[in-house]
Amino acid sequence: MLNESPVDSLSLQPESVDDAARRATVVPRLLFQPAARATRAAESVATVCLAAQRLSAFFGDIAAVRDVDLSMETCRVTAIIGPSGCGKSTLLRSFNRMHETVSGARVTGSVLLDGIPIYGDGTSAIAVRRHIGMVFQRPTPFPTMSIRDNVAAGLRVREGKMPSRRDTDDIVEDALQRAGLWAEVKDRLRTSAVAISGGQQQRLCIARALATKPRVLLLDEPTASLDPASTQKVEELVYDLRSTMTIVMVTHNMQQAARVSDRTAFMLNGSLIEVAPTNALFTTPQDARTEAYITGRFG
Amino acid sequence: MVSLTYIAAALATLPLIFILVHLVRAGAASINPAFFMQMPKPVGESGGGMANAIVGTLILISIAATVGLPIGIGAGLYLAEHKGKRLANTVRFLSDVLNGLPSIVMGIFAWQFLVRPAGHFSALAGGIALGVMMIPLVTRTTEEMIRIVPNSLREAALALGYQRWRTSLSIILRTALPGIVTGALVAVARVAGETAPLLFTAFGNQFWSAAIQRPIAALPLQIFTYAISPYDAWHSQAWAGALVLIGIVLVISIAARLATRSRFGSAVD
Repeated sequence: MLNESPVDSLSLQPESVDDAARRATVVPRLLFQPAARATRAAESVATVCLAAQRLSAFFGDIAAVRDVDLSMETCRVTAIIGPSGCGKSTLLRSFNRMHETVSGARVTGSVLLDGIPIYGDGTSAIAVRRHIGMVFQRPTPFPTMSIRDNVAAGLRVREGKMPSRRDTDDIVEDALQRAGLWAEVKDRLRTSAVAISGGQQQRLCIARALATKPRVLLLDEPTASLDPASTQKVEELVYDLRSTMTIVMVTHNMQQAARVSDRTAFMLNGSLIEVAPTNALFTTPQDARTEAYITGRFG
Repeated sequence: MVSLTYIAAALATLPLIFILVHLVRAGAASINPAFFMQMPKPVGESGGGMANAIVGTLILISIAATVGLPIGIGAGLYLAEHKGKRLANTVRFLSDVLNGLPSIVMGIFAWQFLVRPAGHFSALAGGIALGVMMIPLVTRTTEEMIRIVPNSLREAALALGYQRWRTSLSIILRTALPGIVTGALVAVARVAGETAPLLFTAFGNQFWSAAIQRPIAALPLQIFTYAISPYDAWHSQAWAGALVLIGIVLVISIAARLATRSRFGSAVD
């Protein structure tokens, strides 16, 4: 699968992923169940797309994430929840090697993308990030670029040739369509990316991440700075996108995790406490701490 | 209390208004096409202009910008990207010291290391002296402008697979550009009017010369020479020269502002 994409400084030494053929459970939607949606194709068997193995992430000597083992299945949404400061964002940032961009930060253990270690020797962080897109808490459109150029920004730095203007236009349109923004901005693609609303900016950032066709999309509290209407749009978007890509979402909002995710992982003080199909985690948590958190006793 | 701030604000702009009004009144009469087209006339002959000094100043500013801008902007980028590191702190401190260096000292330095070895005064030596004066100004403003670019933009670029250098250049520097250009202009304007460093570098020239290896005329030097002369005709020429000098600074500022204006209006919101 990796060969399809043009990049490959990810050197290919597949390691076996122990739970590679884990069966996915069909999760009934708790609160969010759009009637008119087509049922997903590969509902039955899920393979692991991204896996953390004994992953720890440090800031200096302080471990923000400790010994996490977590498998994220292909074309599923995995939500990571937990109280502020529990390390969920740091964990997410370890998945595309953004963690190490902070000075003094480092990671131990491994993360496998389709069986390939992203922290392996000879694997560049740049190549990893081109396969694993990320969207942040606050919208981050590049203010000096037009809407179109923002979406095309990632294409410029891919290896190989920059697609032609026409191809770029097609890719931009496709990405904006997938991000559900095309209808709103198609008449002003050349205008400033910061002139649109916050919610639109966030979907623009999602479109920008989609344009390079990543295998995985990481969302770091993508709706934390948005109003409820924009939040709903982003959630619907996430729900739709899972048919084509693996999504990992950090959220503060348990209802959101319940609405859009297939599996939910609960973190506390840097450790992964429990991971289960979303429905199971919210209805029959196995760990007392998970139960305490989801019933609102702390956090 | 609030009214005091109004008064202070008015007082802050007063000197500029006063200077401009006075310059126009004293110098406008001598501004005519000949002032821009002709060479200085000998004492006793009326008319004449400062064509050589105007061109000389433009050449000196160009040399100064060529030397000062790349180094200043590069150093500013370094300081902004490596804040907190010891070397960066040292560089910032030294840059501030350089900024406080009296301009006459800069002139002596340029004379010692550029004029003396060459054996003659030159536009190049004057331009370099001015360029070195620009470096700390440009470094400081570049650093500040880059620092106000939100870190989230850097992260967004890195997360898209941008290399570090590319993030710095095409995202961070590009976003900060309008502010950096403004800072560069302030620096150009500052050195355009400098006289002391030119006294023993560019030296001045009563004749036409655009060669950077030779002494060259400059508006500030010409203004100085004319202003201390005993002739009324030269005095009004000096006022006109001062007006033109301010005009040059103004034109450069406006032109560059227009050139770097974001396609979308304000760039950083």
